[in-house]
Amino acid sequence: MSALHVVGQSVARSDGIGFVTGRSLYSGDQSFPGMLHLKMVRSPVHHARLLGVDLSEAERVPGFVRALTHADVPHNVYTILGLIGVEPEEEFVLAVDRVRYKGEPIVAIVAETEAAALEAVAKVRLELEELPAVFDMEEALRPGAPIVTHWGTNTFMFEGHDCRRVRLGDVEQGFAEADHVIEHVYTTSPIEQAPIETTGCVAVPEANGRYTVYTNTQAIYFSLDNTAIILQVPGNRLRFIGGTVGGGFGGKVDVIVEPLATLAAMKTNRPVRYVYSRQEEMQVSSTRSAWKIRLKDGVMDDGRIVARQVTSYADCGAYSRQTPYAMTKHAANAAGPYAIPNVSIDVYCVYTNRTPTSAMRGFGVTMASFATEVQMDRIAELVGLDPWTVRFRNAYRNGDTKPHRKLVEDATLIETMQAAAALVGHDLPEEYRTLTSAPRTAPAGPEGGR
Amino acid sequence: MAKLRGTGMAAVNYPTGMNLGGDPSQALVHATTSGSFNVVLSATDLGQGLRTVVAQIAAETLGVAYEEIVVDTADTDTGPHDMGTFASRGTHRVGNAVRAAAAEARDLVLQLASEELECSVGDLVLDGAGSVMVAGVPSRSLRIADLASRAQFQYGRTIAGRGAFMKPKSEVDPETGAMDPDSTEAHACTVAEVEVDTETGEVAVLSIRSAYEVGRQMNPALVQGQIVGGAWMGMSHALYETTEPYYPSRDHSPKDFAEYLMPGVHELPVIESVVLEVPAESGPYGAKGVGEMTANSPIPAIVNAIYHACGVRIDTLPVTPEAILRGLDALGTAAGSEGAA
Amino acid sequence: MSSVASVIVTFELSGRAVEVMASPMQTLQSVLRGQLGLTATKEGCRQGGCGSCTILVDGEPMLSCLLPVEDVAGRRVTTLEGITPAEGLDPVQRALLEANGFQCGYCTPGMVMIATALLDHNPSPTREEIGDALVGNVCRCTGYVPIIEAITAAAASAITQEAGR
Repeated sequence: MSALHVVGQSVARSDGIGFVTGRSLYSGDQSFPGMLHLKMVRSPVHHARLLGVDLSEAERVPGFVRALTHADVPHNVYTILGLIGVEPEEEFVLAVDRVRYKGEPIVAIVAETEAAALEAVAKVRLELEELPAVFDMEEALRPGAPIVTHWGTNTFMFEGHDCRRVRLGDVEQGFAEADHVIEHVYTTSPIEQAPIETTGCVAVPEANGRYTVYTNTQAIYFSLDNTAIILQVPGNRLRFIGGTVGGGFGGKVDVIVEPLATLAAMKTNRPVRYVYSRQEEMQVSSTRSAWKIRLKDGVMDDGRIVARQVTSYADCGAYSRQTPYAMTKHAANAAGPYAIPNVSIDVYCVYTNRTPTSAMRGFGVTMASFATEVQMDRIAELVGLDPWTVRFRNAYRNGDTKPHRKLVEDATLIETMQAAAALVGHDLPEEYRTLTSAPRTAPAGPEGGR
Repeated sequence: MAKLRGTGMAAVNYPTGMNLGGDPSQALVHATTSGSFNVVLSATDLGQGLRTVVAQIAAETLGVAYEEIVVDTADTDTGPHDMGTFASRGTHRVGNAVRAAAAEARDLVLQLASEELECSVGDLVLDGAGSVMVAGVPSRSLRIADLASRAQFQYGRTIAGRGAFMKPKSEVDPETGAMDPDSTEAHACTVAEVEVDTETGEVAVLSIRSAYEVGRQMNPALVQGQIVGGAWMGMSHALYETTEPYYPSRDHSPKDFAEYLMPGVHELPVIESVVLEVPAESGPYGAKGVGEMTANSPIPAIVNAIYHACGVRIDTLPVTPEAILRGLDALGTAAGSEGAA
Repeated sequence: MSSVASVIVTFELSGRAVEVMASPMQTLQSVLRGQLGLTATKEGCRQGGCGSCTILVDGEPMLSCLLPVEDVAGRRVTTLEGITPAEGLDPVQRALLEANGFQCGYCTPGMVMIATALLDHNPSPTREEIGDALVGNVCRCTGYVPIIEAITAAAASAITQEAGR
């Protein structure tokens, strides 16, 4: 390729001046005459039958404009993956007769001021019959556990299986042939994306019968298409404007605020602002799942992993949102960047009565990398090798077969480790200083394809 | 009581893009009468600098200066479809779409130039600074800005391009998991150095040193931003963050930044890195995604460093001082031991 | 509409006199953003936890989300809009640009304000002192390193400029 002129240069960002002067407009900075404020009535309990909603006191709050319940929502189902045919439909935009997590939205209150909206929210009376809740994944999978979903089990089904499966070779055979078998469980707790700007939007009715929504979504067409489905309007009735987001990290991929803000704008014919408070962002917006990852490896004396069995559980919370996709992504990465001939991976998406989980930086992979890389150090210790050696010995090369049967290409794990070793002044043995990711000359095996 | 130091490493890969029902992005590029070019998208910039990167890709492809590009995003009335910014897909998918659109516009420029210069398109070269010329004959050159203006007012021809990139949908075999989930893999190797206080259980991260392989850096300063920000977030995941400190119990969930712990300015480690470039055939100018990977490798590197420092093996994140102290108790290691090598 | 009467508050805002009508205990942040259309002051949490709402009152950095607007009556308030010169950028802003001391930009206004307050009081801060000044400003993107570099550079350039006079 001839010399590049612009690509590869550290040119200044074009949006920097807007940031340091504060001139950049984020969606929550947008303001319009007559703008109303939407605040949400949320479930105060983890799991309950919703028997009734009494708005009488709320309606009397000065500044109250109107309330939206499930009956007002044209297609009251929110399944973000429904656009691409991932079933089933499981989450409501506004709760109908059941709530499944603390914070689940029930009634949207629209008022002249934020203070009036919050006051009216506080005055909505909910009639709830609490149900037993489940928070622990293992408990959720046991017979007799409280059931979170409407189809009767606490797992997401992957085409007839209760988990996403990957199978390559024969792990039991691999364990039988291995010199050692090592098994450990790795667990992680949920975390928040916590961008400094909270999720939010402003929906504005236009003179031509369309609606413009200023939003900080990470996926503008995704949000528009979902909103159109929920509101049962043609997509071109909506115009979504965004592109400048005060941090996302996966926390602004769920389509949460736009449908109701737009519906409120439709019902009131006024601009409506729906912006999450920090408390809502922390406690109600989707998080990264908690994970429990069991890694069982069959290892030879020379450190090669000949069999890996991964059994992973992700706590998707009350509704699965994007998490089934994370199961697939996790399954594609749970063996790590290593050449392992026998691999079995089962990834379960488990429902509990906690905040629904969704995308977060490293979705599905961050926790797999944590587990596999701590396991590698354990393997090193087990067979008496240093951590670098055991990784070089197992590192994948171009042409290797990944557990999901895709061939490895663009592999540079070996070169990257060499560069890191050089950076920290760690001397590698000669054979690893000269090793490359070039395809093996012979299949990886006891003789070692070099 | 003692402060014990240790080092740990981790090596990871990370996929670029996703494949959930296909992964498409589109772009439109058109010349303005002033000779600059507008790149029209529906992609979102989350702060990683996507707007800047696509402008660089467009400028490179068109053969004009970076300052000649205006990026218009995101307005669904004007921008073509884009899947969204996540899964480290932006530079790769949107970049490829922009490159394709800019290439189509560039080809129209070259066509027009070949007509004015009375040569074949194959004789022309772009100087990367806004001019197109006959190769080896700098006197026979034209400014792209002037060509764009003449196209508009003299020839009635558009200088515009359309580009699309899509990773086709790949089904997942329910039995074997056979699938094609991504376009390429980037790689990272991190060495972390920590100091464990055996009296308080606190862990200080002294350094995070990493090598990253990213295909090709579109903008080294922006890659550095992901490396440093990612190192900080990885450290934060490893040692601080949780929405449920007593998971699976939901008690004491943080409500605000005072309760949701993250490292502050006085907790920052030394962060050093080297970047390798091994261009990926599928990426624009060889780029792979980098935005998520940088937060991943520091986590196990820190956990492994803790083990090296004090012998406590941690299986649960975040690593709390309580977990360290309980681990030390279990080892029978009272405060006051000598540090590990 | 609240049942309690609004109050009139007069104060100096970035060099000019302003008079606003506010509900009792309405925050300065709410007045700036909602009534005066000055959105450079951000609202990351409205709980005093992130620093993105930092403004100056009589030159001292304060969190406008926790400050009742009545408390600035008769005082001198400066927002980021007031810090930015009519033409170009001030040294702190320029230094942040050069150091790429931002990514999403949402914490940046607060960072400019706190850095400005720091350098006004302490033109030659140590790394430790810069860190102390920033403890109330949360950034989720950059890892703080380029922000600290920017403030260090801004301090150095101001000293160089001063020396060159």
